[in-house]
Amino acid sequence: MIGAVVLYGVIKKVNVFESFRNGAKEGLMTLYAIAPVMIGLLLAVGMVRASGALDFLTEKLRPLFEKLGYPTELVPMALLRPVSGSGATALLTDIYERFGADSFLAKCASVLAGSTETTFYAVTMYYGAVNIKNIRHTLFAALAADVTAMVMCVVTVSLLMS
Amino acid sequence: MLSYIFAGMILVSLIFAAVSGNMAALSSSALDSATEAVTLLVKMCGGLCMWSGVMAIAKDAGLTEKLSRLFSPMLKKLFPDLDESSDAFSYISMNISANLLGLGNAATPLGISAMKELRKSSRDDIATDSMVTFVVMNTASIQILPTTVAVLRRSYGSTSPFDVIFCVWISSALALMVGLCVAKLGNRFLMRN
Repeated sequence: MIGAVVLYGVIKKVNVFESFRNGAKEGLMTLYAIAPVMIGLLLAVGMVRASGALDFLTEKLRPLFEKLGYPTELVPMALLRPVSGSGATALLTDIYERFGADSFLAKCASVLAGSTETTFYAVTMYYGAVNIKNIRHTLFAALAADVTAMVMCVVTVSLLMS
Repeated sequence: MLSYIFAGMILVSLIFAAVSGNMAALSSSALDSATEAVTLLVKMCGGLCMWSGVMAIAKDAGLTEKLSRLFSPMLKKLFPDLDESSDAFSYISMNISANLLGLGNAATPLGISAMKELRKSSRDDIATDSMVTFVVMNTASIQILPTTVAVLRRSYGSTSPFDVIFCVWISSALALMVGLCVAKLGNRFLMRN
């Protein structure tokens, strides 16, 4: 892809190195803008995980999910997914290891991982980079999408794969 | 808003750590996370500069305009207040194509460039309708092939790691639609200010 773009640039008689240099400089400026935001965000996420607040929430919500017929083994991953990408991946591999990579739970977890992104990361990074303070209903809409994926991963796997 | 989220997360973890006696783990994890964030940033740095550079070439060569044209019918509906020939429009379409291909490292700098362009049309620090729609799109997954998941599944002994692909498509399409609908409803009924 890189080769194709550079080749195309040369054909179109663009000063490719000059363009690249300007773009890369822009990249560095971007990094400079997002670095404090990222450090703050990952700091907060790490603290929440270490404090045990997430485990507590999972434990409290377990009866509710049981009543809804939602597989409780998925709950920790579903709750962690919008907050921490690497944390959710760790729980995903844990599910693969405990139940087998081709089990019903593993399939649900895979669909969940494949149909969501790290919501908080995207929201804070994009808004933080351009210094927007009032994000209005962004988080609400994004979390509505996450809840949909949480439900749909079980529904689709139940209906289409068993 | 972001301040509240940040302060809220730290407060909650402090209370929990105090109650459950995790205080030592909490303070060490705070420092670890900060270090980890810098490691991540250093790792991102090369890719960020590289993709920004490559995309600058693509832009100067007129490639991105071609790409924008491909997505413009759909994007015009999603971002009614954007001009089709604007830089914001082409950055958004490039961000979407990078996301579709699963090039997360390329999508992020493009997305930030798009946000910078969108920022120019806002004089205060309140998100515009287009910003909300765009960020919501980026919090949902529109990757065509969930390669990371498939690689992980195979390494744990799955015989057909891509067998969930239809479920992923249905699930992510619905999630994206719900997110965009909520964003659009909010744009219409919750006025700025």
